[in-house]
This record gives sequence, structure tokens and C-alpha cells, in this order.
Amino acid sequence: MFGLDKKDTKFLWIVIALTMLTPILLNPFPTDSGLAQFNAGYPALMQRFAIYGLMAIGFNILFGLTGYLSFGHAAFLGVGSYAAVWMFKLLSMNVIPAIILATVVAGLFALVIGYISLRRSGIYFSILTLAFAEMSYRLAYSVFTPITNGETGLQIKLDDPRVLDGAATDGALPVPGLFGLNMNSTYTVDLGAWSFDLNAGYYFCAVIAVLGFYMSLRIFRSPFGMMLRAVKSNQNRMNYTGLNTRPYTLAAFVISGMYAGLAGGLLAAMDPLAGAERMQWTASGEVVLMTILGGVGTLFGPIIGAGFIKYCENIFSKINENILHDWFSFLPDSLESVVVWFFARFVGEGWHLTLGVLFMLIVIFLPGGLVEGGQRIAAWYRNRGKSEDKATKQPAE
Amino acid sequence: MDAIILQILNGLDKGSAYALIALGLTLIFGTLGVVNFAHGALFMIGAFCAVSLSRLLQLSYTTIDETQKDFLGKPLKVETAYVESWFGPELGSAIIDWAVPLAILLTIPVMLFVGYAMERGLIKHFYKRPHADQILVTFGLAIVLQEVIKYFFGANPIPTPAPSAYVGSLDFGVMLGFDPNVIIYPYWRLVYFLFSLIIIGAVFAFLQFTTFGMVVRAGMADRETVGLLGIDIDKRFTLMFGIAAAVAGLAGVMYTPILSPNYHMGMDFLVLSFVVVVVGGMGSLPGAVLAGFLLGVLQSFASMNEIKAIIPGIDQIIIYLVAIVILLTRPRGLMGRKGVMED
Repeated sequence: MFGLDKKDTKFLWIVIALTMLTPILLNPFPTDSGLAQFNAGYPALMQRFAIYGLMAIGFNILFGLTGYLSFGHAAFLGVGSYAAVWMFKLLSMNVIPAIILATVVAGLFALVIGYISLRRSGIYFSILTLAFAEMSYRLAYSVFTPITNGETGLQIKLDDPRVLDGAATDGALPVPGLFGLNMNSTYTVDLGAWSFDLNAGYYFCAVIAVLGFYMSLRIFRSPFGMMLRAVKSNQNRMNYTGLNTRPYTLAAFVISGMYAGLAGGLLAAMDPLAGAERMQWTASGEVVLMTILGGVGTLFGPIIGAGFIKYCENIFSKINENILHDWFSFLPDSLESVVVWFFARFVGEGWHLTLGVLFMLIVIFLPGGLVEGGQRIAAWYRNRGKSEDKATKQPAE
Repeated sequence: MDAIILQILNGLDKGSAYALIALGLTLIFGTLGVVNFAHGALFMIGAFCAVSLSRLLQLSYTTIDETQKDFLGKPLKVETAYVESWFGPELGSAIIDWAVPLAILLTIPVMLFVGYAMERGLIKHFYKRPHADQILVTFGLAIVLQEVIKYFFGANPIPTPAPSAYVGSLDFGVMLGFDPNVIIYPYWRLVYFLFSLIIIGAVFAFLQFTTFGMVVRAGMADRETVGLLGIDIDKRFTLMFGIAAAVAGLAGVMYTPILSPNYHMGMDFLVLSFVVVVVGGMGSLPGAVLAGFLLGVLQSFASMNEIKAIIPGIDQIIIYLVAIVILLTRPRGLMGRKGVMED
């Protein structure tokens, strides 16, 4: 189905099911239980999962397939956000034109940067993209203040022209919506002790993320994807066979830039505010980390990586010492304070430490990322079944 | 003319810091072939060595002096630093005053040890892994180091003054025959510049004129052959990692009076240092030093008001702009070797 073979279709259905059921899957603990703080099923976080997942999927098309490590993808995210907010300001609060413009502008921006940066490869390419992104970031703060509104960030205002629906506002700041459906409207389902938030914005992001995933699945399986993989494995050989690889890598760069722009547009659609800090190199680094953490070159890895990092960022940073005292109250007092002190370093303010330690552990022990970890466990599980079979059979022989 | 000299001088101290960090990065890259994203963190650890030493030296005990009264008429509490009571008040206060330069003595062994431990404990296992893995694991390490420092020293910058003899400025213009107060240059920045020249000179002399350095250079050119000749090159490279860490640490120590150390100063310098390394050419030590000073000076020129009036915002982006132009016109940077990091 959808031009995919049987296995991929199944895979796609699984991904669709997972994304659609996310609000339920991520709220496994009853609302008033002590574990409720591990619930990630609130709209703002789920939207981030979908948006950054989308961005990581796009980044993976460039980095996973061609091996070109871009350190400037946040620039496209930022440009996408600005474009979307300008669309909200000038045209209408409908999200469709906003994300279309975000994608197009980011694509054009990527075309220019990619055309120049792709003349070089290896770390030189990384530094070139980094340099472009940092330049955009710094210019957004200084010279382009009329467009970007500098440090305050670009926001919508009551007196914006909004050609199509400018008259519709009645004193309150308008909210981005999809033909009347507000992005922040949430339908809460209470099921016994559980409560699930079904958020319009999340589902909008999720649908687009699934579409993006489908696109990347098609690209991975296409001759074009094969060509990109060939670039990764040996670009020289491609050149010697008389093939110019530049158009292919440039296409991959622009596509992944458009994904990032789309993600930026969605960020703005969820919260109509765009700031330059989205373009900083740490933001670019975050996408690289997500992709590598999840598994470079795998289809599903980047999404897992994005979800994992955003989960840690939002959940670990919420836990404080009081909660830890509750958890470890079963321990003797002296031991408890030691244990709480130890874990308190890793949560709340210190969640960066958790992130750093986790990175190191994963890179050291699981070079293929979380996906490889999952595969290893699956393989071990299967082998264990087999060896048990053997063990039971052998005595019988 | 005076403005140009002033800007060159202003660029030199920042350029010195870039050059020192880039030198260390290149040493590590050239010897071990490892892209070390934790190098900024080493710079920061050096800076915090200075902070710790100055805090240690200021440790004091309180005595109640019955002869003096405070404004309420109670006996005055006098804080006396241990150092002062051990070495006498004059020498003691001089030692406290000179905490930053003295921290050099502390930093060298600390950084050699940190570098050694890092190489043996972590980097060693990453020689055969892709550069992306090396970047990621050292980046993770940088985050961890940064957070540990943040836990011990807090998130705010900690002012660490230079010795009082070096507070103030040198009227450099008078020496060159300009009017007084035209070219004024803080003493400490001059010290920093000379210090960095000494360190850079020492590293080059070490590599150029000692047998050890000769072996290391041979190893940089062709590691395998050196190994076949029966030389344990790994051991020497480990020491070079320690030396590179020490160079970064020393750069950090002496930079504290110029920039109050905070826990993310390492990250701030890291990206710029990478740009410097690439502009200089990966794996080229003279290139790293040259590019460091070049970019430092260019940055200070770009922040002149006259230039900003012509091209607004240029001070923000000059380094990156230069990097792009150089990478596109000279593909391997200013002095890069062929075939390094191009696959």
C-alpha cells in the first residue's frame, strides 16, 4: 500500500498507530498517583515530540543517508518560525499558509547555504554550516531587528494587518487555528483515575509528522535514497564513474532544510512566538544529538532520540528534592539523605548532567543509538529462546 | 593610525586565547586524530583552578581583637587568612594578591592529570570510532564537566582580579610617540599576550628541539611506521594529550582577570576555537596560532564604530564570514595538509 512493500506498510501503520495513541500511551499512570509526574501526555510536550521528531527525521535524510554532518540546521528552524509568524501577522491566523511559507522560505535558505557549503565535505562542511547558522543567529539579534524584533522575539499583536481575518479579533490576541479549530483547544477524556488530553495542535503536528515520516520512508527506499547512500559509502568512486553527486547532495540538503523549516513553522503555529535563540548552535547540536542518540540512518531512530531528549528535558527538570524524599522514605534516614543528595544532582536544575551522562553511556556502549539497543535486546531475546530449545532438545537425542 | 594600533592591541589578547585553545585542539587532533569537543571544558577547568586557588588562599579564621572597637563599641572581629599567619602579613597578602599567576603552578599538574585520565579512561577507546562518535562523547563529557563545575561554583561569574601591580593600564601610545591617553592598554592583557607567546614558543620548541618532540612529530606524520620501529607511540601521544590539556588550562588560568569565569565559558570558546582550527587548517600547528591571532585582530577591527557604520552588524559575524571565505578559497584552511579530515 502507498507504494510500499508489505513490511514497510506494516511499519508505517505501526508508526501511525503510535502517533495517534500517543496521548494515551504517554499517560500510563493515574493522575493522582505518585508516578504521575512521569506522565508525558500533556499537550505542550507531545507537540514538541512531534515537531522535533519531524526535524530529526529531516536531519536524518541528510546525515543518515549522505553522511554530511550539518551543524547549522537550527538556522532553518528559526527561519521557518519567523516566516510562519510573519504569515500570522500579515495574512491570517490559519496555520496552513504559515507552514507552507515556512517550508518554502527555509527551502530557499537551504538552497543558498547548501549550494555554498556543499563545495566542501567532512568537517569543513560542518564548520561552514555552523558558520552560516551562527551568522544568521547573530544577525537576527542585531541587524535584522526590524524583521526579527531582536531579543524580544517576534510576536503577534492586536494591530497587525492580518489581511484575511484582521477584523475577527475582539480585543484578545488571536490564536493560530485550522479553519476555525484553535490549535490550543484540548478535549480531556477522564477514564476512571486516568485523564487523557486530546489536543488539536498535537494532532495537527502528528499528522504532519506522519506525512513527513512517510516521505522519508519513500526517500529511503527510492533510487534517489540509494544514490545518497552511495555518496556516503564512497563519494570518490561516484565521481570517477562520471556522476556529479552535487545535485543529489544539494537536493538532500534542501529537503532536510525544508523539514526543519516545517518544524519551525509548526513551533510557531503552536505558540506564535519566534526568537533568535532557536537558531543558536546549541539548538543545532541538539538535533545532531537526537539523531545520533536514536540511531543514525535508521528510519525510526531519530524520532525516538527526539522523544527521549525532550522527555528528559521536561520530566527530569521537574523533579525536585521533596519528591525524591518521598520516593526514598523507605530507607533509613542517614542512608536516605545520601541517596537523595546523589539523585538530586541529576534532576531538576541538574538534568543537563543526566543528559551528558546518558550521552556518554549511549555513545560508548551503543554506537548505533537506542535503536541498536532495542535490536540487541530483541536478538538476545530470540537467541535465548533458541538456545533454550537446543538445551531441551539435546538431552533427548 | 593610532586607532589601528589600538585595535590590533585589543585583538591580541582575545587572539591569544583563541590561539592557545586552537593549539591544544590541533595537538590532540594531529597526534591522536580525535576531535575533542571537551577542549573548551578544559579551558574552563583551568580558569576554575585559579578561582579555587584564590579561594583557598583566602581561607581565614576569625579572632576577636579587644583593642579595636567596631562602630557599636563591641570588640572587632578580625579575619586573618591562614596564609598571612603562616608567612607573616606582608608575604601572606602578597601571596593572596598573586593568586592568579600562582595558580599556574597548581594548574599544570592538575591539567596534566585531567588530560591523562581523560585519554586513558575515555578517548583511548574512541580511536577507531567515527569522528561523529568522538564529537558526541567528548561533547557529553563537556556537559558533565560543566555541570560538575556549576554544582561546586554556582552559575554566576566569579570575578578573579589580577595582582594589584597589574591592575590599570599602560599608556602605550607615549612609547610610540603619540599623545598621551590615545593608546591605552591594560597591563594584564599585555601580560596575557606575552604569556601566550611564551607558551606557544615553549610548545613549538618542545616539539622541534627535543628527541621526544621529534618522535611525536614523526608519529603525527606516520604513526604506523613509528610503531614498527619499536617506539611506544601511544604512550607519547597520551602525554601530548596531557600537554594539550595543560595548554588549554593555562590559557584559562591567565584569562580569569579578563573574563570572570562562569561554567559555560568553555562552550562559548569552543565553537570559535573550532572555527579557528579549521581556518588555520586541520592538523597544522602554525596554522592554528596564525588563525587565532588573525581572527582575534579582525574581530576587534570589526567592532570599530567606523567600520560598523559602513557595514552594520559586521562585528557579530566577521569571524564566521572570514571562515566561509577562507574555506571556499583555500579549501584546506590557511596552512592545512592535504587529505586531513576530508572523507
